[in-house]
Amino acid sequence: MSIMQIVLTILIIAGATAITRGLPFVLFPSDLHTPSYIRYLGGVLPCATIAMLIVYCMRHVEFVAWPNGIPELISTVAVILLQVRFKNMLISIAAGLALYMVLIRTVFETI
Amino acid sequence: MNAKAAIKAAFPYTIPVLTGYLFLGIAFGVLLQSSGFGFLWAGFMSVTIFAGAMQFVAVSLMTEPFAPLSVFLVTLMVNARHLFYGFSMLEKLRGIGKYKPYIVFGMTDETFTLLYSTEPPKDVSRGTFYFFITLLNHCYWIGGGIIGALLGSQLRFDMTGIEFVMTAFLTAIVVEQLRAKHNRIPCIIGLVASAICLLVFGPERFLLPAMAALIVVLTIARSPLEKKLPKQKATESETLP
Repeated sequence: MSIMQIVLTILIIAGATAITRGLPFVLFPSDLHTPSYIRYLGGVLPCATIAMLIVYCMRHVEFVAWPNGIPELISTVAVILLQVRFKNMLISIAAGLALYMVLIRTVFETI
Repeated sequence: MNAKAAIKAAFPYTIPVLTGYLFLGIAFGVLLQSSGFGFLWAGFMSVTIFAGAMQFVAVSLMTEPFAPLSVFLVTLMVNARHLFYGFSMLEKLRGIGKYKPYIVFGMTDETFTLLYSTEPPKDVSRGTFYFFITLLNHCYWIGGGIIGALLGSQLRFDMTGIEFVMTAFLTAIVVEQLRAKHNRIPCIIGLVASAICLLVFGPERFLLPAMAALIVVLTIARSPLEKKLPKQKATESETLP
Protein backbone atom coordinates (compact mmCIF):
# COMPACT_ATOMS: atom_id res chain seq x y z
CA MET A 1 0.00 0.00 0.00
CA SER A 2 1.10 3.57 -0.61
CA ILE A 3 1.30 5.99 2.32
CA MET A 4 -1.94 7.62 1.16
CA GLN A 5 -3.69 4.24 1.12
CA ILE A 6 -2.44 3.44 4.62
CA VAL A 7 -3.67 6.81 5.90
CA LEU A 8 -7.00 6.14 4.19
CA THR A 9 -7.22 2.66 5.76
CA ILE A 10 -6.65 4.17 9.21
CA LEU A 11 -9.27 6.86 8.61
CA ILE A 12 -11.80 4.25 7.43
CA ILE A 13 -11.20 2.26 10.63
CA ALA A 14 -11.57 5.46 12.68
CA GLY A 15 -14.79 6.35 10.86
CA ALA A 16 -16.35 2.89 11.22
CA THR A 17 -15.43 2.84 14.92
CA ALA A 18 -17.08 6.24 15.39
CA ILE A 19 -20.20 4.90 13.65
CA THR A 20 -20.50 1.98 16.09
CA ARG A 21 -20.16 4.41 19.00
CA GLY A 22 -22.37 7.20 17.68
CA LEU A 23 -25.20 5.39 15.92
CA PRO A 24 -27.51 5.00 18.97
CA PHE A 25 -27.24 8.75 19.65
CA VAL A 26 -28.04 9.57 16.02
CA LEU A 27 -31.02 7.19 16.01
CA PHE A 28 -32.40 8.53 19.29
CA PRO A 29 -31.38 12.19 19.63
CA SER A 30 -32.10 13.78 22.98
CA ASP A 31 -35.02 15.95 21.95
CA LEU A 32 -37.06 13.05 20.54
CA HIS A 33 -39.04 10.58 22.57
CA THR A 34 -37.11 7.34 22.96
CA PRO A 35 -39.29 4.20 22.59
CA SER A 36 -39.90 2.42 25.90
CA TYR A 37 -38.28 -0.75 24.55
CA ILE A 38 -35.02 1.13 23.91
CA ARG A 39 -35.20 2.70 27.38
CA TYR A 40 -35.73 -0.76 28.84
CA LEU A 41 -32.66 -2.03 26.98
CA GLY A 42 -30.72 0.99 28.25
CA GLY A 43 -31.64 -0.12 31.77
CA VAL A 44 -30.68 -3.79 31.53
CA LEU A 45 -27.95 -3.80 28.88
CA PRO A 46 -25.13 -2.12 30.83
CA CYS A 47 -24.72 -4.88 33.38
CA ALA A 48 -25.24 -7.63 30.84
CA THR A 49 -22.67 -5.93 28.59
CA ILE A 50 -20.03 -5.54 31.29
CA ALA A 51 -20.53 -9.22 32.15
CA MET A 52 -20.06 -10.01 28.45
CA LEU A 53 -16.83 -7.98 28.50
CA ILE A 54 -15.48 -10.12 31.33
CA VAL A 55 -16.06 -13.21 29.20
CA TYR A 56 -14.45 -11.33 26.30
CA CYS A 57 -11.36 -10.59 28.43
CA MET A 58 -11.09 -14.27 29.34
CA ARG A 59 -11.74 -15.60 25.84
CA HIS A 60 -8.20 -16.90 25.36
CA VAL A 61 -8.02 -18.66 28.72
CA GLU A 62 -7.43 -22.39 28.17
CA PHE A 63 -9.93 -24.16 30.45
CA VAL A 64 -9.33 -27.69 29.16
CA ALA A 65 -5.52 -27.75 29.42
CA TRP A 66 -3.23 -27.01 32.37
CA PRO A 67 -3.46 -24.69 34.25
CA ASN A 68 -7.20 -24.84 33.35
CA GLY A 69 -7.82 -21.19 34.07
CA ILE A 70 -7.18 -21.76 37.77
CA PRO A 71 -4.98 -18.65 38.21
CA GLU A 72 -7.67 -16.52 36.53
CA LEU A 73 -10.35 -18.11 38.69
CA ILE A 74 -8.46 -17.64 41.97
CA SER A 75 -7.53 -14.04 41.16
CA THR A 76 -11.05 -13.14 40.05
CA VAL A 77 -12.51 -14.60 43.24
CA ALA A 78 -9.94 -12.56 45.20
CA VAL A 79 -11.07 -9.36 43.41
CA ILE A 80 -14.71 -10.20 44.17
CA LEU A 81 -14.08 -10.88 47.87
CA LEU A 82 -11.91 -7.77 48.34
CA GLN A 83 -14.44 -5.58 46.56
CA VAL A 84 -17.36 -6.96 48.56
CA ARG A 85 -15.44 -6.47 51.80
CA PHE A 86 -13.59 -3.16 51.33
CA LYS A 87 -15.47 -1.45 48.47
CA ASN A 88 -12.20 0.03 47.25
CA MET A 89 -11.65 -0.51 43.51
CA LEU A 90 -7.95 0.31 43.53
CA ILE A 91 -7.16 -2.14 46.31
CA SER A 92 -9.24 -4.92 44.71
CA ILE A 93 -7.70 -4.43 41.28
CA ALA A 94 -4.10 -4.00 42.42
CA ALA A 95 -4.23 -7.01 44.76
CA GLY A 96 -6.00 -9.19 42.18
CA LEU A 97 -3.48 -8.24 39.50
CA ALA A 98 -0.49 -8.82 41.78
CA LEU A 99 -1.87 -12.19 42.87
CA TYR A 100 -2.41 -13.20 39.24
CA MET A 101 1.08 -12.19 38.13
CA VAL A 102 2.64 -14.07 41.05
CA LEU A 103 0.50 -17.19 40.47
CA ILE A 104 1.41 -17.53 36.79
CA ARG A 105 5.10 -17.16 37.67
CA THR A 106 5.17 -19.64 40.55
CA VAL A 107 2.57 -22.33 41.22
CA PHE A 108 1.08 -22.28 37.73
CA GLU A 109 4.20 -21.57 35.72
CA THR A 110 3.66 -22.86 32.19
CA ILE A 111 6.95 -22.04 30.47
CA MET B 1 -13.70 27.30 35.23
CA ASN B 2 -13.94 24.04 37.13
CA ALA B 3 -11.62 22.14 34.76
CA LYS B 4 -8.98 21.67 37.45
CA ALA B 5 -11.53 20.35 39.93
CA ALA B 6 -12.89 18.04 37.24
CA ILE B 7 -9.46 16.56 36.44
CA LYS B 8 -8.76 16.12 40.15
CA ALA B 9 -12.08 14.35 40.60
CA ALA B 10 -11.74 12.25 37.45
CA PHE B 11 -8.14 11.09 37.82
CA PRO B 12 -8.53 8.55 40.70
CA TYR B 13 -11.24 6.69 38.77
CA THR B 14 -8.96 6.34 35.76
CA ILE B 15 -5.96 4.80 37.57
CA PRO B 16 -6.90 1.18 36.72
CA VAL B 17 -7.36 2.24 33.10
CA LEU B 18 -4.01 4.07 33.23
CA THR B 19 -2.29 0.80 34.13
CA GLY B 20 -4.11 -1.20 31.51
CA TYR B 21 -3.85 1.31 28.67
CA LEU B 22 -0.21 2.15 29.24
CA PHE B 23 0.82 -1.50 28.94
CA LEU B 24 -1.68 -2.42 26.24
CA GLY B 25 -0.67 0.75 24.37
CA ILE B 26 3.00 -0.19 24.67
CA ALA B 27 2.21 -3.68 23.37
CA PHE B 28 0.41 -2.08 20.43
CA GLY B 29 3.33 0.30 19.72
CA VAL B 30 5.84 -2.54 19.82
CA LEU B 31 3.75 -4.61 17.41
CA LEU B 32 3.32 -1.65 15.07
CA GLN B 33 7.03 -0.87 15.10
CA SER B 34 7.89 -4.50 14.38
CA SER B 35 5.62 -4.26 11.31
CA GLY B 36 7.64 -1.31 10.04
CA PHE B 37 5.59 1.67 11.25
CA GLY B 38 7.17 4.28 13.52
CA PHE B 39 5.86 6.27 16.48
CA LEU B 40 4.12 8.89 14.32
CA TRP B 41 1.87 6.16 12.96
CA ALA B 42 1.22 4.95 16.50
CA GLY B 43 0.23 8.45 17.56
CA PHE B 44 -1.92 9.04 14.50
CA MET B 45 -3.78 5.74 14.96
CA SER B 46 -4.31 6.12 18.69
CA VAL B 47 -5.60 9.69 18.28
CA THR B 48 -8.03 8.92 15.44
CA ILE B 49 -9.15 5.33 16.12
CA PHE B 50 -8.88 4.95 19.94
CA ALA B 51 -10.07 1.33 20.03
CA GLY B 52 -7.77 -1.24 21.60
CA ALA B 53 -8.65 -4.54 20.00
CA MET B 54 -9.30 -2.92 16.62
CA GLN B 55 -5.89 -1.26 16.47
CA PHE B 56 -4.20 -4.64 16.85
CA VAL B 57 -6.32 -5.91 13.95
CA ALA B 58 -5.46 -2.71 12.05
CA VAL B 59 -1.74 -3.49 12.16
CA SER B 60 -2.28 -6.62 10.10
CA LEU B 61 -4.73 -4.85 7.76
CA MET B 62 -2.08 -2.20 7.09
CA THR B 63 0.39 -4.78 5.82
CA GLU B 64 -2.11 -6.25 3.34
CA PRO B 65 -3.26 -4.89 -0.06
CA PHE B 66 -5.60 -1.88 0.03
CA ALA B 67 -9.20 -3.07 0.56
CA PRO B 68 -11.33 -0.19 1.87
CA LEU B 69 -14.69 -1.97 1.89
CA SER B 70 -13.52 -5.05 3.75
CA VAL B 71 -11.60 -2.86 6.22
CA PHE B 72 -14.83 -0.94 6.85
CA LEU B 73 -16.89 -4.12 7.38
CA VAL B 74 -14.29 -5.80 9.59
CA THR B 75 -14.21 -2.70 11.79
CA LEU B 76 -18.01 -2.62 12.10
CA MET B 77 -17.98 -6.26 13.16
CA VAL B 78 -15.11 -6.06 15.64
CA ASN B 79 -16.60 -2.93 17.21
CA ALA B 80 -20.31 -3.82 17.05
CA ARG B 81 -20.33 -4.19 20.85
CA HIS B 82 -19.98 -0.40 21.08
CA LEU B 83 -23.60 -0.10 19.93
CA PHE B 84 -24.58 -1.48 23.33
CA TYR B 85 -22.63 1.26 25.10
CA GLY B 86 -24.52 3.89 23.15
CA PHE B 87 -27.91 2.41 24.02
CA SER B 88 -26.83 2.15 27.66
CA MET B 89 -25.65 5.77 27.81
CA LEU B 90 -28.53 7.51 25.99
CA GLU B 91 -30.05 8.74 29.26
CA LYS B 92 -26.81 9.54 31.07
CA LEU B 93 -25.40 11.65 28.25
CA ARG B 94 -28.65 13.51 27.63
CA GLY B 95 -28.12 17.27 27.58
CA ILE B 96 -24.52 17.24 28.83
CA GLY B 97 -23.55 19.84 26.27
CA LYS B 98 -20.60 20.59 24.05
CA TYR B 99 -18.41 17.67 25.17
CA LYS B 100 -20.89 15.02 24.08
CA PRO B 101 -19.46 14.31 20.58
CA TYR B 102 -15.97 13.73 21.99
CA ILE B 103 -17.25 11.56 24.85
CA VAL B 104 -19.21 9.41 22.38
CA PHE B 105 -16.13 9.22 20.11
CA GLY B 106 -13.98 8.07 23.03
CA MET B 107 -16.33 5.44 24.45
CA THR B 108 -14.02 2.43 24.58
CA ASP B 109 -14.85 -0.65 26.67
CA GLU B 110 -13.11 0.87 29.68
CA THR B 111 -14.34 4.45 29.22
CA PHE B 112 -17.92 3.22 28.90
CA THR B 113 -17.59 1.10 32.03
CA LEU B 114 -16.21 4.06 33.99
CA LEU B 115 -18.76 6.57 32.69
CA TYR B 116 -21.62 4.21 33.37
CA SER B 117 -20.54 3.42 36.91
CA THR B 118 -19.40 6.81 38.21
CA GLU B 119 -21.20 9.99 39.16
CA PRO B 120 -19.54 13.42 39.17
CA PRO B 121 -18.97 15.12 42.54
CA LYS B 122 -21.46 17.89 43.35
CA ASP B 123 -19.24 20.83 42.35
CA VAL B 124 -18.35 19.42 38.91
CA SER B 125 -20.73 19.29 35.96
CA ARG B 126 -21.44 15.88 34.45
CA GLY B 127 -20.21 16.94 31.00
CA THR B 128 -16.85 18.24 32.24
CA PHE B 129 -16.31 15.24 34.51
CA TYR B 130 -17.07 12.72 31.76
CA PHE B 131 -14.98 14.72 29.29
CA PHE B 132 -11.88 14.51 31.46
CA ILE B 133 -12.34 10.79 32.19
CA THR B 134 -12.48 10.22 28.44
CA LEU B 135 -9.59 12.58 27.71
CA LEU B 136 -7.33 11.08 30.40
CA ASN B 137 -8.00 7.57 29.08
CA HIS B 138 -7.30 8.77 25.53
CA CYS B 139 -3.98 10.30 26.65
CA TYR B 140 -2.89 7.08 28.41
CA TRP B 141 -3.65 5.14 25.26
CA ILE B 142 -1.81 7.56 22.95
CA GLY B 143 1.15 7.75 25.35
CA GLY B 144 1.44 3.97 25.66
CA GLY B 145 1.38 3.52 21.88
CA ILE B 146 4.06 6.14 21.28
CA ILE B 147 6.30 4.78 24.06
CA GLY B 148 5.94 1.26 22.67
CA ALA B 149 6.75 2.32 19.12
CA LEU B 150 9.75 4.41 20.24
CA LEU B 151 11.31 1.83 22.52
CA GLY B 152 10.15 -1.16 20.51
CA SER B 153 12.23 -4.24 20.98
CA GLN B 154 14.48 -2.58 23.57
CA LEU B 155 11.76 -3.23 26.12
CA ARG B 156 12.68 -6.32 28.05
CA PHE B 157 10.35 -6.26 31.06
CA ASP B 158 8.43 -9.43 31.59
CA MET B 159 4.94 -7.98 31.83
CA THR B 160 3.15 -11.25 31.13
CA GLY B 161 -0.20 -11.22 32.86
CA ILE B 162 -0.61 -7.41 33.01
CA GLU B 163 -3.67 -7.80 30.78
CA PHE B 164 -5.47 -9.24 33.82
CA VAL B 165 -5.86 -5.66 35.08
CA MET B 166 -8.82 -5.28 32.68
CA THR B 167 -10.52 -8.43 33.97
CA ALA B 168 -9.97 -7.28 37.55
CA PHE B 169 -11.29 -3.79 36.72
CA LEU B 170 -14.47 -5.12 35.09
CA THR B 171 -14.99 -7.63 37.90
CA ALA B 172 -14.76 -4.95 40.58
CA ILE B 173 -17.25 -2.80 38.63
CA VAL B 174 -19.69 -5.72 38.34
CA VAL B 175 -19.48 -6.37 42.09
CA GLU B 176 -20.48 -2.74 42.72
CA GLN B 177 -23.30 -2.95 40.16
CA LEU B 178 -24.65 -6.11 41.77
CA ARG B 179 -25.33 -4.23 45.00
CA ALA B 180 -28.39 -2.90 43.16
CA LYS B 181 -30.89 -5.79 42.99
CA HIS B 182 -32.29 -4.89 39.58
CA ASN B 183 -28.87 -5.46 38.00
CA ARG B 184 -28.48 -9.04 39.16
CA ILE B 185 -30.49 -10.99 36.60
CA PRO B 186 -29.24 -8.95 33.58
CA CYS B 187 -25.68 -9.58 34.79
CA ILE B 188 -26.23 -13.34 35.10
CA ILE B 189 -27.86 -13.37 31.65
CA GLY B 190 -24.83 -11.56 30.22
CA LEU B 191 -22.38 -13.94 31.84
CA VAL B 192 -24.17 -17.18 30.95
CA ALA B 193 -25.16 -16.22 27.40
CA SER B 194 -21.64 -15.00 26.57
CA ALA B 195 -20.00 -18.07 28.09
CA ILE B 196 -22.27 -20.42 26.12
CA CYS B 197 -21.55 -18.50 22.90
CA LEU B 198 -17.82 -18.62 23.63
CA LEU B 199 -18.02 -22.42 24.00
CA VAL B 200 -20.07 -22.83 20.83
CA PHE B 201 -18.44 -20.30 18.49
CA GLY B 202 -14.88 -20.03 19.82
CA PRO B 203 -12.88 -17.00 20.99
CA GLU B 204 -12.66 -15.19 17.63
CA ARG B 205 -16.34 -15.29 16.61
CA PHE B 206 -18.43 -15.43 19.77
CA LEU B 207 -19.04 -11.72 20.27
CA LEU B 208 -21.73 -11.10 17.62
CA PRO B 209 -23.73 -14.25 18.54
CA ALA B 210 -23.38 -13.28 22.21
CA MET B 211 -24.78 -9.81 21.50
CA ALA B 212 -27.69 -11.33 19.58
CA ALA B 213 -28.32 -13.81 22.41
CA LEU B 214 -28.33 -11.00 24.99
CA ILE B 215 -30.89 -9.00 23.03
CA VAL B 216 -33.13 -12.05 22.52
CA VAL B 217 -33.04 -13.19 26.16
CA LEU B 218 -33.45 -9.66 27.54
CA THR B 219 -36.38 -9.09 25.18
CA ILE B 220 -38.10 -12.33 26.21
CA ALA B 221 -37.58 -11.48 29.88
CA ARG B 222 -38.76 -7.89 29.47
CA SER B 223 -41.94 -7.87 31.52
CA PRO B 224 -40.50 -9.32 34.77
CA LEU B 225 -37.21 -7.40 34.46
CA GLU B 226 -38.76 -4.06 33.59
CA LYS B 227 -40.83 -4.08 36.79
CA LYS B 228 -37.63 -4.20 38.83
CA LEU B 229 -35.97 -1.25 37.12
CA PRO B 230 -36.00 2.01 39.05
CA LYS B 231 -38.65 4.35 37.66
CA GLN B 232 -36.32 7.28 37.09
CA LYS B 233 -32.82 7.26 35.65
CA ALA B 234 -30.66 4.53 37.15
CA THR B 235 -27.72 6.71 38.08
CA GLU B 236 -27.13 6.05 41.74
CA SER B 237 -24.11 3.78 41.65
CA GLU B 238 -20.68 4.82 42.85
CA THR B 239 -17.52 2.80 42.46
CA LEU B 240 -14.83 4.60 44.42
CA PRO B 241 -15.02 5.50 48.06
